[in-house]
Amino acid sequence: MDGDAATAVRVAAAEQEALISGSEAVAVATRLADVDVLTAYPIRPYDTLMQYVAKQIANGEQDAEYIVAESEHSQFEIAKHAEAVGARAMCGSSGVGWCYAFEAIAVTPALRLPLVAMVGNRALDDPGAFGTEHNDALAARDLGWMHVWVDTAQEALDTTLIAYRVAEDRRVFLPCAISTDGAFLTHSQTLVKIPPQVWVDEFLPPYNRGDLRLHPDNPITIAPQVNEDWLMEIRRQTDEAMRNARGVIEEAYRDFRRIFGRGDGNPFFEEYQTDDAEIVLLGMGTLSMPVKVVIRKLREQGQKVGFVRVRWFRPFDYERLGQLLSRFAAVGVIDRDFSMGSPFNSGVLANEIRSVLYGQDRRPPVVSFIAGLGGREVTIPAVKEMIEQTRRAAETGKTPMDTQWIGVRA
Amino acid sequence: MARTISVEVIYRGIFQKTLAKNICRGIVLAARKEGKIGIAFGRYGDSPERNGIPAKNFAIVAPNEEELQLSMAQYEPEQTDVTINVDDMMCKGVESWAWYGLQPINQKIREQGTLIVTSMLPAEELIKFCHTKTHPYRLAVLQAIPSFSGLWVYKDDHTDVRILGALPKVCPELVSLDSVLAAIKEEWKDDLKAKSARRSFEQVTARTVRPGEGNPEVPYKFDLPGWKTMREGVTIDGIRLGEPIKFGDEIGGYRPARNPYFKKFSTRTMRPVIDFDKCIKCTLCWLQCPDSCFDVMPDGTYDLNAEACCGCGVCEAVCPVDDCVTMVNEAAFGDNKSQWEMFKTDKAGYKAWVDAKIAHRPERSHGFRYLGQYQEQVAKMGPAAGTPEKGSAGPGGRKQMGAGAEGGEE
Repeated sequence: MDGDAATAVRVAAAEQEALISGSEAVAVATRLADVDVLTAYPIRPYDTLMQYVAKQIANGEQDAEYIVAESEHSQFEIAKHAEAVGARAMCGSSGVGWCYAFEAIAVTPALRLPLVAMVGNRALDDPGAFGTEHNDALAARDLGWMHVWVDTAQEALDTTLIAYRVAEDRRVFLPCAISTDGAFLTHSQTLVKIPPQVWVDEFLPPYNRGDLRLHPDNPITIAPQVNEDWLMEIRRQTDEAMRNARGVIEEAYRDFRRIFGRGDGNPFFEEYQTDDAEIVLLGMGTLSMPVKVVIRKLREQGQKVGFVRVRWFRPFDYERLGQLLSRFAAVGVIDRDFSMGSPFNSGVLANEIRSVLYGQDRRPPVVSFIAGLGGREVTIPAVKEMIEQTRRAAETGKTPMDTQWIGVRA
Repeated sequence: MARTISVEVIYRGIFQKTLAKNICRGIVLAARKEGKIGIAFGRYGDSPERNGIPAKNFAIVAPNEEELQLSMAQYEPEQTDVTINVDDMMCKGVESWAWYGLQPINQKIREQGTLIVTSMLPAEELIKFCHTKTHPYRLAVLQAIPSFSGLWVYKDDHTDVRILGALPKVCPELVSLDSVLAAIKEEWKDDLKAKSARRSFEQVTARTVRPGEGNPEVPYKFDLPGWKTMREGVTIDGIRLGEPIKFGDEIGGYRPARNPYFKKFSTRTMRPVIDFDKCIKCTLCWLQCPDSCFDVMPDGTYDLNAEACCGCGVCEAVCPVDDCVTMVNEAAFGDNKSQWEMFKTDKAGYKAWVDAKIAHRPERSHGFRYLGQYQEQVAKMGPAAGTPEKGSAGPGGRKQMGAGAEGGEE
């Protein structure tokens, strides 16, 4: 097909709408991305992904190797090896299941295997709990995995396609974890636009592992034992790949917008009513819903408040985020996670934000909140309280020295 | 101006999972025909579902995305415009997990909202079971037997589309009949289903339930501890040993201590009736009861603790004596009082009570007991197949019907 004809086909194609959950949207994306190998091991809430993939395969809609492993560790190992031979793979888990796969998770980035995994965010046991909490995915934050958080089922579908495009870019070749809040995304069905195959094919080239492909025609040894004389260079390579990812992510979103006609100009974080905002809240995932509702209400009353939702946590867009946040009179950071004993007893995100602001000439107070742990709803009154505390910090210009736990019973 | 409308479906876990899901999906898809958007989700805390334990599904329809955001990232709406109860015995209240307490079936219904119940009982009988409310609401009875199936099977008896058809009648603001019919044809591709929905729309009527009308009991609930008062180490108090029973001058036997936070009786659709005169004290009911519901009485017989009994019927199955333990439709009971105390107080009266309760076997059951029963019952559910006699059904009568957990006809 020549260029014009291809364009005509693309324009003629239309999106279809389906009532599906966030995990089901990821499953649909694996079909569209023609993923070769899907590995599975059940744990709530991730299991909604494997169930829907199984259904698609059973219905003859999807053609893939579907391997139910005997544990999460094997699940991630199988997917990792599939990636090594050049197969596009998908896996995922939740909570302590993700932790059980940790050895496999830790070794994947250094091997430069562009595996994509869905993390259905879930509180770490004990106690047994199914609700969302971001400590599972964040436990792997320092290892060379890319981490992205989404807040709607549509974004889950779109981001899965983008994740393959970025991860499989030869300049990157790093694994990517897509975090979806348990329950609110994984178990809630909303209307999702499903793009036609021709758009996806134009956006996402086949996975080409090149000289790193494990194949009899390309004899290589993967992961030999090394000593101190090799390891630091290997780490620096992984570091370089992660640095490269920033630009590749930008390219991918630009292309996505061109072909699919949607998506934010800034891939890394969403700005909501920040243009003239005096203070902002900042967070990740579905807590964006109640926050946006409150911001609209307060705006009606003339209060200049905004919200920043971090999508890409690794790589972190510290430069742009630092510049943006330094504009405000105060920043309230909502962590749906904890980091016991950390500076200011904060969650993970708050300390990242403090770090981001350190190099700025203007450093507004950062108010740190921990909220919504274990899937507890971040309620409208809770958001109002956080905005109020952030406003007080703006007025006094002082950063509170301790973290506020919001919505915890004393 | 269009507003957000919330619908909840209260259903029996596993047995009615697909039914509840179909109803909620159907609502969102029908509303979509009118340009509205919506979300369909289960109450995450009910999951994993267990057989027969009450659970909830929701459909929320909003005029636009911003309005819908208020209802996203939540477990359940604060209020409902319509609550649908697909097993009439849950009118007595529902309890899904420990610590939830007993929730009245109409707990979330807003003023002038509607409770739809599928039942062969008349509205007056159902209202007696429902807890009182301080504001008026409406009750619509859709003549139907409880539609039960299983985890892997779905009994496609049109209950889903009949409820969808009733919705535009009781809540025209939610969706029109035309949209419901269009969505049904698109989702199920079945004209007969659309016909069932239309017939249900034409038949269903609602009556007002006045403030104070119904069961005046205050449902049990618990206060949750704060982090300063809670035991550390993710531990809870164990259940202590039980003690002998005192009744008048009689002291003896044994009553085990029971979990005060989880009573389980709202799972029940049938209840064992015990003929103490026939009891041979073989211990089998006491030994085999999976929930340790039986108390050893001072006279060596076994009394049922009706707050702890989930109605599984094991006691009836293992009892070697004819008509000593007999499962009876839960509709025949108004309270959880001790049968043994009734027996000790008035033996002749008790004998008459037992005889009346067990007189109508095999039709006494909430569930299926004989082949062909379903076909007989369907004939009574609509005028097209014969007009049902109104108001003639009493506890134990021939119209105490339902498709039961035993699922003999799946």
